[in-house]
Amino acid sequence: MVKVALIQYPGSNCDLDALEILRDVVKARTDLVWHRDLAHDDYDAYVLPGGFSYGDYLRAGAIAATSPSLKIVKEAADGGKPVLGICNGFQILVEAGLLPGAVLRNSTLRFACTWTRLRVETTRTPFTNKAEKGQLLEIPIAHNEGRYYLDKERIPDLERNRQIVFRYVNEMKEATEDANPNGSIDNIAGVCNQKGNVMGLMPHPERASLAALSPDNQTDGRLIFDSMMRTMHRPGV
Amino acid sequence: MTPGSYVVEVIVENKPLARDPEGETIHQNLILKGGYKQVTGVRAGKLLRMNVEANSPEDARAIVRKLSDDLRIYNPAAHTIQIRIVG
Repeated sequence: MVKVALIQYPGSNCDLDALEILRDVVKARTDLVWHRDLAHDDYDAYVLPGGFSYGDYLRAGAIAATSPSLKIVKEAADGGKPVLGICNGFQILVEAGLLPGAVLRNSTLRFACTWTRLRVETTRTPFTNKAEKGQLLEIPIAHNEGRYYLDKERIPDLERNRQIVFRYVNEMKEATEDANPNGSIDNIAGVCNQKGNVMGLMPHPERASLAALSPDNQTDGRLIFDSMMRTMHRPGV
Repeated sequence: MTPGSYVVEVIVENKPLARDPEGETIHQNLILKGGYKQVTGVRAGKLLRMNVEANSPEDARAIVRKLSDDLRIYNPAAHTIQIRIVG
C-alpha cells in the first residue's frame, strides 16, 4: 500500500489539518514524521505542511530548508516521486532550491487571510491530473509572505516549461490585479519544477477539502490530494 | 594583518527590480509626509552583524561571503547582499 510522509518542522501548524485530510478523507496511509527522523526515502510521496517553521526567522522557510530531511525529499524528487509544499512548505521548497524563485512579504504589508480563486494552468502535475485546464478552484490563503517572485525575464521560460500551476483569478477566470491578494508576479499562486513532480502553492487545499469548512460546501482542495492519490496508484502518470 | 575578532555586517535587500513595499511605505508615508522631499527613495532590508574569528579582515569577509552563499543567508532569486567590515 502506498504511503505518504507528512513532515513536521518546529513551527509547523497545519500538519494535523493535512493529516486529517490525507488519512480520513482521501484515505492515504500517512505518517507524521518529525523532520529529524526522516532518514530514508521510504515513502511514495512527501507533503510539507504550512506553518511558521523556525518562527520565519531570517526568511520564511530559509532555516527549515537546511534540515537533513530536505536531502531525502530531494532524493525522492529526483526519483520522480510527488512532493507537495503547502504555504510554509512551499516556502521551504523554494528556499531549498527544489522550486524556482522566492516568496516575499505581501505587497500589502498585511497578513492575508481570505478565500481565493485559483485557475488551474496545467494538469500535468501529480497534484492537478484530475483537474481540467482552466478549472476554477476556491481555496483559502493565510500568509504574510506569499508574494511569489521571479525575475520578469524568467517568467516566459516558466510558462513555456509549464511550471506555472495556479494563478489567482477573479470569477471571470481573469488574472487581474484585484484578484491578486499578495502582489505575486503574474498572479502566480503555485509552481512546479521542470519535471512537474514537485509542486508548491501558497493556498491551503487541506482547508478546502471538507464541505463543512467551506462557505459554499465545496471541496475543491480535495482535487489536489485526489490527484496525488491517483498518481501514487499509477506511478509514471 | 592581525588575527583577531572582526565585526562583519551583511545587508540583505530585495533586488532593484523586486518591489519593496516596506521601503516604499516608509518613504511615502513617513519621510515625504514629514517634509523631507530631499529623500528620493528608501529600501528596507535586513542587517546581520556577525562576530568572526579570522586571520585578517579579508579572511573574515571571505568566511562571511562563503557562509552567505552556502547557507543561503539571501535568496539570489530575489535579493542582493552587501558585506562590510565594521570593526
